[in-house]
Amino acid sequence: MSSWLPKSEAGRRWLGLAPSYFVIGIFMLVPMIIMGVFSFLEPNPYGGVKPVGSLDAYVKLFFEYDLEDNLVFNPGYLNIILRSFQLSFGATLLCLIFGFPVAYYITLQPENRRNFYIYLITIPFWTNLLIRTFAWIIILGRGGVIETPLLAAGIIEDSLRMMYTDGAIAIGLTYSYLPLMVLPIYASLEKLDFRLLEAASDLYANRFEIMTKVVIPLCKPGIIAGCILVFIPCLGAFIAPNLLGGGKKLMLGSLVQFQFASARNWPFGSALSMLLLSAVVVTLIFYARAARKREVMEGSA
Amino acid sequence: MKRLLTIFAATAALLTLGSARAEGELFIYNWTEYTPPELIEKFEKETGIKVSVDTYDSNETLLAKLQAGATGYDLVVPSQNFVPIMINEGLIQKVAVYDLPNYKNYEESWKKPEWDPEHEYSAPWQWGTTSFAYHNDYSGKGDSLKEFFEPSEELRGRLSVFPTPDEVVSLANIYLGIPFCSEDPKQMQKVQDLLVAQKEYVVAYNNETMSDLIASGEALMTNHWNGFARLGRLAGAPINYAYPKEGVVGWFDSLVVPSSAKNVENARKFMNFMMDPVNMAILTENQGYGDAIKGTAQYYSEELKSAPEVNPPSDLNVVFAPTCSPKAQSLIDKVWTKVMQ
Repeated sequence: MSSWLPKSEAGRRWLGLAPSYFVIGIFMLVPMIIMGVFSFLEPNPYGGVKPVGSLDAYVKLFFEYDLEDNLVFNPGYLNIILRSFQLSFGATLLCLIFGFPVAYYITLQPENRRNFYIYLITIPFWTNLLIRTFAWIIILGRGGVIETPLLAAGIIEDSLRMMYTDGAIAIGLTYSYLPLMVLPIYASLEKLDFRLLEAASDLYANRFEIMTKVVIPLCKPGIIAGCILVFIPCLGAFIAPNLLGGGKKLMLGSLVQFQFASARNWPFGSALSMLLLSAVVVTLIFYARAARKREVMEGSA
Repeated sequence: MKRLLTIFAATAALLTLGSARAEGELFIYNWTEYTPPELIEKFEKETGIKVSVDTYDSNETLLAKLQAGATGYDLVVPSQNFVPIMINEGLIQKVAVYDLPNYKNYEESWKKPEWDPEHEYSAPWQWGTTSFAYHNDYSGKGDSLKEFFEPSEELRGRLSVFPTPDEVVSLANIYLGIPFCSEDPKQMQKVQDLLVAQKEYVVAYNNETMSDLIASGEALMTNHWNGFARLGRLAGAPINYAYPKEGVVGWFDSLVVPSSAKNVENARKFMNFMMDPVNMAILTENQGYGDAIKGTAQYYSEELKSAPEVNPPSDLNVVFAPTCSPKAQSLIDKVWTKVMQ
């Protein structure tokens, strides 16, 4: 062994991990610190920040100066935040409803075919998200794939007006993040011991009870992981809200983008990002605590 | 370890090779669908410089990118009211456009513009107007901005508006008879009320696929630029560009060189290339806006010469927006944020 390596086990381990510390530091911590610092500065009227400390960005989350510069309570941004949570929650639920049966179905296939199905699930990732979202305009839009046959058959008389609605955003989000729900659920279902299902059946559990009392509890970690993986990117999404929602109903992601691009208020954009970040961290803490509790319970059992 | 060093050395060698080749390159950052490929090919063939084009969707996006320290662009194309901001913020550099051989072709009437009176920074690209366009099926005639800002019931959920305040607020100012860049909160309150009420009718805030929205019938009326409306019409969309009696917003887009540009000489070559009437005519033919270069008209096709989008009524009131003071700009941003909430 070369002599320049640290003697102690801990030192060597640290050195071994150094590249990953470096990558996390440069690509994660530094941008986050910049964002945090920017959120406490004053905006420059033409973009960028002035090196003057200010809490304005955080005040702005709840209050606003009206056009005559009086400070008044402003629920506008709270509404946007609430809307983002609602839409993300809706999309997560839809992903779960569609994703779970898919994952379950794949698990029931013979082993050689399973990998092929998983491979199929990852295919959409080969194409840019922007293009895939554009495709939904053709599907949902006026005179699109859904409407044209219905119009021709005389089932509907006017456009269904599906595009540029909250529903269109939810569909777009569900479509974009569905694979992120299927994969973790599949991973936990794959480890499921199917003899447990037979045992439950022997003990007179019906199909519904087997599902709710055996399968779902055992793959709960996968379901929770899938929900988090879908919920978090949905909160920050701006492609689907802009393209499918027509940019009228701002969500957190598009609001942040708007602050940096159009409104030229970088501190406020940073403050919003910090808020988003804290929401994510709180969610993850809950998850970690739930996971630890489960470990403790399983350990004592 | 030795292998690692070899990889490092190889990477370093590749990087140097890359920068050596960059001598013959030009990076243009322009609006979406605003750079005709045939023009780029002609420039590449004549000079041997390799051109790459990247696109943005608004002056605001361009400004934000440059403010954020985006590097690697040699030419960008801001509108007239953003040029002074970029000069003041030190984002673009002097390139002595007045010294280029083809500067002699600059149309006299466009010389000495207030945003760059000595032509130290900017070479002309295109100028045009912002108004609205309507579908053949729309019942109105598009002769008043009222139809756009206070739409009739048939436009509920069928109206598309630009997603950035720059031109929309200016157009609202023209409609309400309020001066551009107003610093009066009461006047801007009127603009805000108008735009908030208009939102009830808006299907989408969009400035990239307006003609598609009309073609599919998703929108019956959209904010539009004159040349872009012509392109939509030529592609088969049932579009009519409107010349409202109150007036329209005018803009003048120029080529400028960011301070961080690496290929300044190539950028100047391109500026000179564009001030040659033959080349500028290719751009105008492709885009259908106006140009500020002498002698281009002889190369126009009959179609362009007779296109309604480039032949406005002679009494059309075209108003060019100046650069707003920070105070006026912050009022505009407040209005827009309110509309977007």
